[in-house]
Amino acid sequence: MLTFILRRLLSAIPTLILVSLFVFTLQKLLPGDPVQAMAGEERDPAVMEYLREKYRLNDPVPLQYVHWVGNVLQGDFGTSLRTEQPVTTLLASKLPVTIELAVLALIIALVIGIPTGVISAVRKGTATDYAANVFALSGISIPHFWLGIVLIMIFAVKLQWLPASGFVPLGEDVGQNLKTLILPAFVLGAGLSGVLMRHTRSAMLEVLRADYVRTARAKGLFPRTVILKHALRNALMPIVTLTTLLFGELLGGAVLTEQVFSIPGFGKMIVDAVFNRDYAVVQGVVLCVAIGFLLLNLLADVLYRLINPRLRTA
Amino acid sequence: MKFAPLMTTALLLLAANSAFAETTLRIGIQDDPDVLDPHRSRTYSGRLVYTALCDKLVDVRPDLTYVPQLATAWNWSEDGKTLTMTLREGVTFHDGETFDAAAVKFNLDRARTLPDSLRKSELASVESIEVIDAKTVAIKVKQPDATLISQLSDRAGMMLAPKASATEVGSKPVCSGPYKFVQRVQQDRIVLERFDNYWNKQAYHFDKVIFLPIPDTSVRLANLRSGDLDIIERVAPTDVKTAKADSHVQVFSTPGLGYMQLMYNTSNGDKANNPLGKDKRVRKAFELAIDRDAINQVVFEGLYAPSAQPFPKNSPYYDKNLPIPPRDVEASKKLLAEAGVKTPVNVELKVANNPIAQQVGQIIQAMTEEAGFKVNLIATEYATLLNEQQAGNFQIGMSAWSGRPDPDGDIHQFVTCKGGQNDGHFCDPKLDELLNKARTVNDQAQRQSLYFEALRLLAEDVPTSYLYFDPRIIAMRSNLTGFVPNPDGLIRLNDVAFK
Repeated sequence: MLTFILRRLLSAIPTLILVSLFVFTLQKLLPGDPVQAMAGEERDPAVMEYLREKYRLNDPVPLQYVHWVGNVLQGDFGTSLRTEQPVTTLLASKLPVTIELAVLALIIALVIGIPTGVISAVRKGTATDYAANVFALSGISIPHFWLGIVLIMIFAVKLQWLPASGFVPLGEDVGQNLKTLILPAFVLGAGLSGVLMRHTRSAMLEVLRADYVRTARAKGLFPRTVILKHALRNALMPIVTLTTLLFGELLGGAVLTEQVFSIPGFGKMIVDAVFNRDYAVVQGVVLCVAIGFLLLNLLADVLYRLINPRLRTA
Repeated sequence: MKFAPLMTTALLLLAANSAFAETTLRIGIQDDPDVLDPHRSRTYSGRLVYTALCDKLVDVRPDLTYVPQLATAWNWSEDGKTLTMTLREGVTFHDGETFDAAAVKFNLDRARTLPDSLRKSELASVESIEVIDAKTVAIKVKQPDATLISQLSDRAGMMLAPKASATEVGSKPVCSGPYKFVQRVQQDRIVLERFDNYWNKQAYHFDKVIFLPIPDTSVRLANLRSGDLDIIERVAPTDVKTAKADSHVQVFSTPGLGYMQLMYNTSNGDKANNPLGKDKRVRKAFELAIDRDAINQVVFEGLYAPSAQPFPKNSPYYDKNLPIPPRDVEASKKLLAEAGVKTPVNVELKVANNPIAQQVGQIIQAMTEEAGFKVNLIATEYATLLNEQQAGNFQIGMSAWSGRPDPDGDIHQFVTCKGGQNDGHFCDPKLDELLNKARTVNDQAQRQSLYFEALRLLAEDVPTSYLYFDPRIIAMRSNLTGFVPNPDGLIRLNDVAFK
């Protein structure tokens, strides 16, 4: 197992290099000039020239890239052009927020998505199945910002149970922290639960038709044991892949949800950074997310082996 | 009976607690400010924070006249080349350093010389700063500059503590305002707390002031209505009805200083080679096809102020005799025929890619079509739009200006031949002469006549069509009292308190 993990980690290096190259060149192709965004309404040419020199924007692009990679390898992601804070500090302050929101959203999605998927597969063609499908479809198709604003109206403005938006760090007050995150986590989770439900349902339907399930039933096992132990465990394989992918996506920042609920996570940071052409921040976030994705892929592979013993010898 | 003493103690404790309860004011702002250094910052939301954090030499009143803040009095020398300011006594910075003439010199020099200072153009006329004594400073200018006081009423006149500012400012600004900096969490909050040694501390009633950036206007309002915020700024006109209907909320709307304009590319590169760029009659025809009032009613619920000049109505330089040209399609068609252009006249209109700007663009597109124009509307992301306009890659650019209390800042850089923001490269030496002179004249009546003359030239040549002024709409919980709105939209907290 350990050699497997090490091998996978090593193979991730070329991917990371490619990702960094892509991000670097792509954003140089963006129209608009970071210095112009920084120089504001006044647009003093002398100031703009000074800033270009200061942030090495006059250097040829390959040189800028080499310089950036060199710094990143030493743990320095550069400085935000807009606020002059070190990107590392920004990443360190946003990452826990985004991870917490992602974990909560994923828990909500799993708790709703997998059971409804199982139930609707088992009761295929019944009213329960249709109801679950309608729920899943609404989860997928209702826009996040709309659901977010409706929930704010109900729970914050009318009932006044929860704060309308904002964020309290976990370390400051656990109760308040959960109160600020429950609505955004629900908005994100509801959407994902629809996706999970649909996949669980189709995976379960396939497995339920398999011979070994028929055998298990023929042996006279309780239907519950057949469904949960024999069918679900085998149906989980594609769900694990999907879940890790969804989690990776959540790490990239839930742009709209974070915007609506004013959650200071990756999503909000990257949108601001792109609009202000804050190159260093964009690069830092994308690289961070790419690393997260690679680690999650690795995690998915490890989980496969745990769920499916046949893969362990491979 | 046994409970009686216990109850009394509990009640007493409760009472004591509420008497010492910390009062916190939470202000929802539209976006996260950039670097918190008055000399290098550019965002409007930054100015909102500075209003509580950093005092300026002078302040501006709702009627756009100037009043003392850190300078208690000032006067110009006979030749208009020396501004002598008397400074307030007993003022200290948040770190305890004393505010004096040397601090003023330090700050003005810093604003003038810091390589990435954005205040250089605002203080371009300043030649030197002399410390006369601890409480008197003399600012010498290269040529008479009527705009200087106005510049000192904003970021260029904000005072940082010299010792603390020798190193890092942006992440921990040390000023002398009523509230001092505590903490900033990027994109989340900026926390300030009461400064106990403030010279006018009896006028400030909150222990803590927290600024929370919330970009979505309806979410900002929802937070106010639910009581999670106490004040919000830049309320969307479409939200005003909802806000007014809520008994827990009060709304303040005041005409602002910022305007929207259509700038025509008259001679910046190849894109200027079209009937609109070359013939003022075609531009005039375009302007005549626009109904400013309809734009106001349709997009802004009638809350904006349609205008055909760059000065707001409450400015002494607003020309009452310069009417807003009413929409006249026939006259517009006639002008096009006179100019001998083939209709429809194809033109490109670039607007920012936000919903409001696009909506205004669409209305202009529909209105001008009736007169014989075919507008190709191009929505461009803001940073890109700036770039393209400067590079001359536009025919008409719709862009906003945040406005300045002094008229010079609203006109000179946009229409003078070498103006930094004159993206259309319009050039009329006669106009330059008027506007350059208006900069140097301190007498209001004399200045007025220069600006009125300039406005007349602009109306004649139409290098730009002014559309409207946006109001500054601020909403707050109804349990707050004492707020006085100002055209600059900044939230001054003096005498504001919970009922």
